[in-house]
Amino acid sequence: MSRDVTNHKLSTLSSGSLVKLAGDVIGRLIQRNWKRLVLAVPLVWLLIFFIVPFVIVLKISLAEGMIARPPFTPLFEWAEDLSFTISITFESFRFLVTDDLYYSSYLNSLLLAGKSTIICLLIGYPMAYGIARSRSDIRGILLLMVVLPFWTSFLLRIYAWMGLLNKNGIINGALLSMGIIDEPLNMMFTEGAIYVGIVYSYLPFMILPLYATMEKLDESLNEAAADLGGKPFTVFYTVTLPLTLPGIVAGSLLVFIPATGEYVIPALLGNYDTLMIGRVLFDEFFSNRDWPVASAVAVALLAFLVVPIMMYQHFQAKDGERS
Amino acid sequence: MTEFKKPIVGDRPAFDSEAEPFIDIQGVGKKFGVFTAIDDISLKIYKGELFSLLGGSGCGKTTLLRILAGFEKPSKGRVIIDGIDVTDMPPYERPVNMMFQSYALFPHMTVEKNVAYGLRRDGVSKAETRERVADMLALVEMSDFAKRKPNQLSGGQKQRVALARSLVKRPKVLLLDEPLGALDKRLREHTQFELMNIQDKLGITFIVVTHDQEEAMTLSSRIAVMDKGNVIQVGTPSDIYESPETKFTAEFIGSINMFDCQVKESGRDHLVAHCGSLGQDFHLDWGVAVKEARQLWLAVRPEKIQITRQAKAGQGINELPAFIHDIAYMGTHTIYRIRLANGQILQATTPNLRRSSEGERNLTWEDAVFVSWDPSSMVVLMK
Repeated sequence: MSRDVTNHKLSTLSSGSLVKLAGDVIGRLIQRNWKRLVLAVPLVWLLIFFIVPFVIVLKISLAEGMIARPPFTPLFEWAEDLSFTISITFESFRFLVTDDLYYSSYLNSLLLAGKSTIICLLIGYPMAYGIARSRSDIRGILLLMVVLPFWTSFLLRIYAWMGLLNKNGIINGALLSMGIIDEPLNMMFTEGAIYVGIVYSYLPFMILPLYATMEKLDESLNEAAADLGGKPFTVFYTVTLPLTLPGIVAGSLLVFIPATGEYVIPALLGNYDTLMIGRVLFDEFFSNRDWPVASAVAVALLAFLVVPIMMYQHFQAKDGERS
Repeated sequence: MTEFKKPIVGDRPAFDSEAEPFIDIQGVGKKFGVFTAIDDISLKIYKGELFSLLGGSGCGKTTLLRILAGFEKPSKGRVIIDGIDVTDMPPYERPVNMMFQSYALFPHMTVEKNVAYGLRRDGVSKAETRERVADMLALVEMSDFAKRKPNQLSGGQKQRVALARSLVKRPKVLLLDEPLGALDKRLREHTQFELMNIQDKLGITFIVVTHDQEEAMTLSSRIAVMDKGNVIQVGTPSDIYESPETKFTAEFIGSINMFDCQVKESGRDHLVAHCGSLGQDFHLDWGVAVKEARQLWLAVRPEKIQITRQAKAGQGINELPAFIHDIAYMGTHTIYRIRLANGQILQATTPNLRRSSEGERNLTWEDAVFVSWDPSSMVVLMK
């Protein structure tokens, strides 16, 4: 009886120390490799949710469409005699180049995104400057107001704009009742409505990076420039503007890149004549069920957008060197 | 090493009551909301002076400098520079340049472009700009760094570039905000002399803001001591040091020993005051317009105090028995803290004239000594 007890104790002791040993080893491994582990998390995330889907899309874009499930030809095939065939076609990409529709919708998207970015910059720059130069006790509240719309779903906010811009909407109703207009303005389903939606939705993405660079700006630099004879406007374009350029670039890319592929805003607020690549993409997938062409559109769009992203990366790296 | 001319008091217009002031600050005050940064300041600064505004933080010295530069508008009063009322003139039109405490060099421009900035704004031709920038960089010994960006420079180098940039337009007045504040001690001493040299060479009126009394003393032709938005005293460094008018000035500049006294005898050429806690009379050999029985402070600077082992033969005027309380050997001099009969601690400094006091025993802790000073060394400070 007593021997049993001691045996039992011994075994628990040894298993306990085994666990402890294992724990030590794992702990040491984590300690030694924690930097890699920290990096591994986003890397795995990107791998699963970006690289893998992208490879699938790329694969589809190189296939041919067919009426089947899934609606495209397989890329690799094992025949019954174990022969292996690879069938790649660039037909979809060729189609993109030959059909005007894609060309003009890409161009339209880039133009629309570009104009929206400029409008956001023109509105956002003075706002960010105002916030950065405001009294420190109200600065937090002003910043909060910039990000406040994020509390509500993006989709809901676009629906709210529909309510505002509609023929029987709030704006028309107000203007009619005040007698400023006799018949309702046609605001909904216009290109103007798309601009309103995009500028409204993406303005915070312009303001926040601009604010971040302006907040770091030393007020005495402006004073020094004024002291040396710079009139206010000269001070702005010789000192403030060049020093806030990193913020301008960051904000512009944060607006331009998502605005180019924007689908929801033009779909809900725009008219059908406004060709945007996001909508073309949607239509190819869901209306035409031409998955290879749709995938090719997506791949091409990504290629378009990688260029400005790489420009931004390059700019940031240069900026990092400088400071 | 560096040769420079000490201003000779006689040539300076500050001491000529007829002279026109170059900068005339007339009753200037500045309020930020309810806070009064400057109460009421009037100052006359003359051409070619190196004038210091000296005071602790929050005394209004920087605000006054910013009013001169045009960054702040005074709530009241006028500022006249070289006969022109500049009170409402924006900074970019004023014949004044400033060297900022943080240097405020433009980080996106090279040294050369920084210095050229002011000339470009004035539309000076490219050839002339190049020449003047090169001259200025040579003056501050920064020619080799013309193509560098500010972040590639050390603190001392930045300071030189900032100086070059603020001088290149040949302003009538150069304002310097804590010009040596960010430099280490060795560099400070070197730069102090260099600043004086440059000022002497260019003949530009310098106005320096500083909280460092030593800096003010060495640099300035005159100092304005400031406290709580007012100028307490204006004078040459020696005026301020040897004849402080208030307890604040006396205590702010250097160390001083104070005695709480009551006037016993007030004559045209002498004053006797009694210090109750010490039971001792102090004598001055010059007259002060005060009535008898008036309470006042008598003060004496540490270096004016003599320490002796024996009481001096004679009447024993301004002589007190004391004990050595503490000793601090500083190399050039030794600081003694001396305990008087009433427990008051006096500070006395004696120069170390010889390497070692051979044959004569050094003073040490708790030695009984006598301290004394000349009747002319004492300063009267009103309560």
